[in-house]
Amino acid sequence: MSLAAVVLVVVATVSIGTFGLRLSRTTSDFYVASRTVSPLWNASAIGGEYLSAASFLGIAGLILAYGADMLWLPVGWTGGYLVLLVLVSAPLRRSGAYTLPDFAEARLESMRVRRAASVLVVLIGWFYLMPQFQSAGLVLRTLTGAPVWAGGLLVAVVVVVNVLSGGMRSITFVQAFQYWLKLTALAVPVIFLLLAWRGDGMPGITDQQWLVPLAGTREHPVYATYSVILATFLGTMGLPHVLVRFYTNPDGRAARRTTLVVLGLLGAFYLLPALYGALGRIYAPDLLVSGHGDAVVLTLPERVVGGALGDLLGALVTGGAFAAFLSTSSGLTVSVAGVIAQDILHGGVRSFRVATVLAVAMPLMLATMARALPVADVVGLAFAVAASTFCPLLVLGIWWRRLTDAGALAGLLVSGGLACTAVMWTIVSGPLRGWPGVLLAQPAAWTVPIAFGVMVVVSLLTPGRVPAGVARTMVRLHAPETLDVDRGDWHPRGGA
Amino acid sequence: MNDDDTPPAVEPTAPPGERSESSDAEGPRAYPHPEEPSKRDEPPSGARQSNRVLVTSPRTRAATRPRHPGTREIDEQTGLGEVYMRSLIRSQLRLALSVCVAVTGVIGGLPALFLLAPGLGDLRLLGVPLPWLLLAVLIYPLFVVCAWWYVRQAERVEQDFAELVDHR
Repeated sequence: MSLAAVVLVVVATVSIGTFGLRLSRTTSDFYVASRTVSPLWNASAIGGEYLSAASFLGIAGLILAYGADMLWLPVGWTGGYLVLLVLVSAPLRRSGAYTLPDFAEARLESMRVRRAASVLVVLIGWFYLMPQFQSAGLVLRTLTGAPVWAGGLLVAVVVVVNVLSGGMRSITFVQAFQYWLKLTALAVPVIFLLLAWRGDGMPGITDQQWLVPLAGTREHPVYATYSVILATFLGTMGLPHVLVRFYTNPDGRAARRTTLVVLGLLGAFYLLPALYGALGRIYAPDLLVSGHGDAVVLTLPERVVGGALGDLLGALVTGGAFAAFLSTSSGLTVSVAGVIAQDILHGGVRSFRVATVLAVAMPLMLATMARALPVADVVGLAFAVAASTFCPLLVLGIWWRRLTDAGALAGLLVSGGLACTAVMWTIVSGPLRGWPGVLLAQPAAWTVPIAFGVMVVVSLLTPGRVPAGVARTMVRLHAPETLDVDRGDWHPRGGA
Repeated sequence: MNDDDTPPAVEPTAPPGERSESSDAEGPRAYPHPEEPSKRDEPPSGARQSNRVLVTSPRTRAATRPRHPGTREIDEQTGLGEVYMRSLIRSQLRLALSVCVAVTGVIGGLPALFLLAPGLGDLRLLGVPLPWLLLAVLIYPLFVVCAWWYVRQAERVEQDFAELVDHR
């Protein structure tokens, strides 16, 4: 039954994707859906793309394991959009950039900063894709007993086929569909779970350590909490697949309104994982012993509701999980491939195709090599890298005229290097004990201040390198579109 | 860009004033050659009649030059244009930072609160421990309300700016 749901989601995704095929022809269609997407579609698409395996499966798993402290993850993943809304949404849309490297080039007029940004986009994308493939492997293994790499490979192939056949246009529709599918797939079963729980006489949770914040079993919970908050609130704006979505808004004002809708959609979704985590604590504490916390969402319906209905609900959540793998992976793949195609290959539709395969192959390999960490933890690391590189680049670039190319480059290299090292260490060789372990597993609290500090100090030391066109760029970023002013003649590369 | 369809010469102009003068005085600072051969620097009234050239002394021209909309000040990056842009950016930044400060207060304050007053964790409302009620439920509508307020304010700032600059 669950396997049938997986097949259904895959077929639906591919067919909706191919349906959009005839609509996408030119290069700019391929990348950004020709900017003809309406705000609600766009917000649903942002939500659909954003809610990954980490949100769908991972949060509930971590809450099951560690309790109240983990509630900060979904809070931060939503709150990140609030910070994004107030600090970057409208100016970013007005910049006209498709990708983060585009923004870096437009603002700082430097190819070197552009290239550094490209490398970081690819790295963040890979760190984010890897856990998606790993979770797909785990889910398919629990369903069929297939080897762990099989699920990742399945997701990778579907994503490549889908991206290559439809490009961004179809992806927008696929993503919007995926949001509502994911919401339904968590919301419907939870109703039956709560009914069954009431039928049981509403058993409570007595474990105080689990219920109360900062009392859990993780080391240095106060530092870890603040570091997670920093990484998630500031990292969202720096994720490669988020910016492309903003380009599909017609103007800066629409970008703001879309973000507002996104906040509502995400808030609605994130009410659910905590319920799964808490119910899991009551009904499936054994998952912790076996180390399969990430499977709690998939396990509960069968275990608590049971019977044919339990099977059906189980199939629904499994389908939703695959929707999560496919949607996030597609969005990331489009973004990473776009950057590889434009900045490493020579651009155009053919390069985009080659780049798509490259974008997926590397994290697929990583997924088979790396240790199995909780999916939400690994995604959190991608946020930490984004927060310590693109967040300062965007915030300073938009609001501070005196940012120079040298300052931006130094900040990206120093803090991006530190954050990536911490992430690789955690993924490959595993957490250390004590302070070093916590600092490496939650690097944002020290790498974000370093990033801002380096960018500001180096910029102040190189005042002669302030870009010549900064005044015009500021007009472009901040003047509302209703005004007829000269916004400069910069255009993103690869655009029509 | 649309200099062709709105000749500044016939425009009813805004308050008499020091503005245009001061901007002309400061112009060279940002843009050393205001007479460079770009379209918008053509003499205002003779834009279309290609063979006729208005010959005046620079002083006379500065004095009789009609006050043009702020969009042109911005395009020519005059001192006044810079002032316009800086004021827009400053008010948008102030708005954004006020939201950020509020969010930082609430979000940054909660863990500190839980740390300093561990007893809060035992409080229950409707059977749900207070931290769970706050973090798993109430904070999401709070985000949406903040965002809604911000979007309204930001659009108002932009509208005010457009009216200030684009007075026609």
